[in-house]
Amino acid sequence: MLCEKCKKRPATVFVRRTLNGVTSEAHLCEDCAREQGSLNILFAGAGNLTFPDWSLGNLFSSLLGQGAPGMQAQAVKASTLRCSQCGLTYANFRERGRLGCAQCYEIFRDQLQPLIQRLQGGVKHTGKIPRRAEGKLRLRYDLKSLRRQLQEAVAKEEFELAAKLRDEIKALEQKLGGGEMSG
Amino acid sequence: MDKEKFFTQVDAAWLEQGPEADTVISSRIRLARNLDALPFPPAAGKEALHEVLSQVEAAAKHLPEAKRFHILELSRLSPLERQVLIEKHLVSPEHVREAEGRGVILRDDQAVSIMINEEDHLRIQILLPGLSLLAAWQLANRLDDSLEQHLDYAFDKGVGFLTSCPTNVGTGLRASIMLHLPALVLLNQAGQVFTTLAQLGAVVRGLYGEGTQALGNYFQISNQLTLNHAEEDLITTLLGLVNQVIQQERAARERLYHELGNRLVDMVWRAYGTLTHARILSGDEAMKLLSDVRLGVNLNLLPQVKLTDLNRLLVLTRSGYIQRVAGKELPAAERDERRAAIVREELTGKVR
Ligand SMILES: [Zn+2]
Ligand SMILES: [Zn+2]
Repeated sequence: MLCEKCKKRPATVFVRRTLNGVTSEAHLCEDCAREQGSLNILFAGAGNLTFPDWSLGNLFSSLLGQGAPGMQAQAVKASTLRCSQCGLTYANFRERGRLGCAQCYEIFRDQLQPLIQRLQGGVKHTGKIPRRAEGKLRLRYDLKSLRRQLQEAVAKEEFELAAKLRDEIKALEQKLGGGEMSG
Repeated sequence: MDKEKFFTQVDAAWLEQGPEADTVISSRIRLARNLDALPFPPAAGKEALHEVLSQVEAAAKHLPEAKRFHILELSRLSPLERQVLIEKHLVSPEHVREAEGRGVILRDDQAVSIMINEEDHLRIQILLPGLSLLAAWQLANRLDDSLEQHLDYAFDKGVGFLTSCPTNVGTGLRASIMLHLPALVLLNQAGQVFTTLAQLGAVVRGLYGEGTQALGNYFQISNQLTLNHAEEDLITTLLGLVNQVIQQERAARERLYHELGNRLVDMVWRAYGTLTHARILSGDEAMKLLSDVRLGVNLNLLPQVKLTDLNRLLVLTRSGYIQRVAGKELPAAERDERRAAIVREELTGKVR
C-alpha cells in the first residue's frame, strides 16, 4: 500500500503512538515516519543503529502543513505576525522551529496552542511554579495580555486604542521594574 | 581549584559504580530555563548573550556550596577542551557549536553542569552514576530554586516554563538514563524494545544525544513529553519503562549465555585479549570491544576487570581527551597507538 501521508512512496513502516491515552495509527513511508519523529520504529535491530538528527523545522512543517484549505489561508495570515520584542516572524518560526523570546509565546499564542497540543498531548502546565514569580506573576500576565491586545490593535489600525494600551503597558512596566528593584 | 582537572582527569561522579551498574551507566536530569526579558540564545546577539552570562554568574554565587562551582567561558577554551567536555557529557555537542557568549558552570565533582546559552539560557544538568534519577531530580530542583531567587525566569501559568523549542515547554524537564544493552542487540531484540518504548512515549538516542551513533551498545532513554504532567510523574513513568528494559536485558543475557555457551565466553576473552595486547586501536573498535568485555564482566566471566575501569575507559579512549592530555592535536594513526597504550595500561597495568 502507499504511504497514508504523502500517498507517493510505498508504506514500509507501521506507526502506532499512544500519548495520554489517545492512540493514533498510520502506515507511512520511511521519510514521512522520520518527519513525524517516529524514528524508533525504523530500528530493525542490531549493529550500526544511527540516530538521525530529526529536524524540528520539518516536524513542525508537517504538523502545521496538514489541514483544510481554510487553514492554509489562516496560515498565510499568521505568517506575517511579528514579535515586537525579538523581531521573529511566524514564518521564521515555522522554518526553524525555535521561538525568539518569552513574548513570542503571547504573540503566536493562537498558532502555538494547537501545535503544542499535538506535540505534548495537552497545554496545561501542572509542574513546578517559580516561587519568586508568585507575586509578580499576575502583573506580568496582565502585561503580556496588554501587549497582545496592542499587537492586534496595531494590525487593525485602531490607533486610538493602541495609544491607550501603550500608556497602560508603560505604567505596568514601571510598576514591574520598581518592584524588581525593591524586591 | 585548578580547572585543568576538568580536561585531564577522569574523575566525574558518573564514572563511579552506582545502583544497577550491570545495565545502567548513569542517570541525568536536565531542566531548561530562560530569563524573561532577554531573547532566547538562537535569536540573541552578542550583547544579550553576555548579559545572560553575567546575570547567571552573579546568581551562581548564591548556590549552595557556592565555592564548589566554577564557571568556564567556552570562547576561552580550546576546541580540544570543548570536545573533552562533550566526551564527559558535561556539555552537549550543540552547546559548543558556537563558543561566543556561551559558558558552563561545573561543580568540582562534575555531577552538576549548568550550560549557559545552549538552546535555552540555562540548562541545569545533574549527572549521577547508575540508576539514581530521583536523587538527580532532587538536586536539580534544589539548585533551580536557588538560582530562581536571583533570576527572573520566563514562565507562563498556562504552559509553564517557556523554552526556545516547544518540545521542552512546561516542566523543561528531560530525564535520561544511559543503558548498556549488548544482549538485546546481539539477540536482535533491541529494535523491538525501542519500538515499544516509542509507543509508550519514551525517546531513544545514542551515546552523545541526537544524531549520534549507538556506539558500544549504549543507549539513552528519555521522556518525550514535558507538559501536562508534574516532574515526579514524568520521572516515575520513565523509571517504570526503564526497569522493564533492565529486566529484558538481564533475561537476554541469561539466554545468550545458555544458548551460546563457550562461544560467548570465547567472544568475551577475544575482546579482552585484543584490548590487552593490541598496539593500534581505533575509537570505534575500542568501544565495540569494551562493550563485549563489559558483558563478560557482568556475566562473571572476567573477574579481573572492574566496571569502574570500563567506565573510565569511556572517557580515556575518546579522541578529544587523548589529544588534550598529549597537549596537541594528533593525526589519527598516532591517536590509535596512544589509545591502545592507554587501554593496556588501564586493564593490565595495575596490581590486583
Ligand atoms: Zn510518505
Ligand atoms: Zn519574541
